[in-house]
Amino acid sequence: MSQWIEVCGVDDIDEEDVMRFDHKGQTFAIYHSPDHKFYATDGLCTHEKVHLADGLVMDHIIECPKHNGRFDYRNGAAKGAPACVNLKAYPVRVEAGKVMIDLGA
Amino acid sequence: MTVIATPRDYGLLGRDAKIAEEMGLASAQWYQCPMPRKRLKELMQRRNAPAIGDTLVWFASFIITAGFAIYFWPSWISLPFFLAYGVLYGSSTDSRWHECGHGTAFKTRWMNDAVYYIACFMIMREPTVWRWSHTRHHTDTIIVGRDPEIAIMRPTVIAKVILSFFAIPQTWAAIKSMIGHAVGRVTPEEATFIPEMERSKVYLVSRVTLVIHLAVIAFSIKIGSILPMLFIGPLPTMYGAWVHVMTGLTQHGGLAENVLDHRLNSRTVYMNPVLRFIYWNMNYHIEHHMFPMVPYHALPALHEELKPYMPPPATSVFAAYREIIPAILRQAREPLWHIEPKLPTGVSPVVSPME
Repeated sequence: MSQWIEVCGVDDIDEEDVMRFDHKGQTFAIYHSPDHKFYATDGLCTHEKVHLADGLVMDHIIECPKHNGRFDYRNGAAKGAPACVNLKAYPVRVEAGKVMIDLGA
Repeated sequence: MTVIATPRDYGLLGRDAKIAEEMGLASAQWYQCPMPRKRLKELMQRRNAPAIGDTLVWFASFIITAGFAIYFWPSWISLPFFLAYGVLYGSSTDSRWHECGHGTAFKTRWMNDAVYYIACFMIMREPTVWRWSHTRHHTDTIIVGRDPEIAIMRPTVIAKVILSFFAIPQTWAAIKSMIGHAVGRVTPEEATFIPEMERSKVYLVSRVTLVIHLAVIAFSIKIGSILPMLFIGPLPTMYGAWVHVMTGLTQHGGLAENVLDHRLNSRTVYMNPVLRFIYWNMNYHIEHHMFPMVPYHALPALHEELKPYMPPPATSVFAAYREIIPAILRQAREPLWHIEPKLPTGVSPVVSPME
């Protein structure tokens, strides 16, 4: 069942950057891609539970700040060691200048 | 104060590994100096140009030193060229292995991987094993029983430290390990940090590497000259190791174990431009551990940003060894003793849960 929640305004995240969002004990990473789209994944690296929001966004890749684990944030796919397990990705939509994610997905 | 010596267990499956987990030292949260996100992002940006330039100079240096060494062989005049070639082969490869393993040296992924594999071959480190061991080193830096890359274990065995300058223990371990991997085995300790799915790569690369080394030896025998073995294989890894061991031991030598603050277990040392080229700026070692995704070419700028929170750097390699040598000699008798870096006034260290 869909469970859309508001995360932030579209101007709150720079282009090609990431922001941390915490909600009810869970942490998420919200991305603003270079092609002006927004994406969301779980916020912790699947390798060692480091916050991805402290990492570097390059094109459509988020790189973990600790060990260089890399994921395609559009679908959460792990792109090479030490990241071997995919991230969970969440549907995102933009409404009236607000970024919303679907936690029920 | 007399410190009672207790034996350490550096094994990844031993007593201290369990203690580290029980005390919350494994995969723990580490101190980070305050750093604005915007500035950190600028410093983390990848560029190809610095590493391509350095790598062209690096390859040219190999060709020039090897060329003169062959030209003057077997005269003694070839000796300095061999020494320079050896430092390129057995020492500068340590930093190339390191930076390209982090994936930060080049912006383009395949360039990192290409230089990584070349450097691993030369310094005799199996690429997958060492990628994972270094990952653990960053997760649990100098945590006894967790970090597989602690260079000087305590109580210090001075003879082993001296032999390491000629890469004797390292090369012996590398050969044993290469043969073990080539027959399809990882050690129980390696199994703690290399996932199952990565192991087939370890076996394949080790087999290829072993074949190359055997081919070089066979070629040397065939032509009746040691010359090929002086350029490729364990010999240049050993006769050229001393610079990377000299710089590498400054990273953590004599400093604290089992703390969660890199300012207490790592050391930043000012070095001259030649050493920094060989070492790819790893002399900014506290900064590197605190923000490991900042590329080597941005570490001097990161160092400037973090200065207000850092202990004063050692002003030279000589200055670093002036504190390291007495410290490791003392640690031969008192394994719990360590150097305590002086942090700026008003800046508190993060101590270990064990203290």
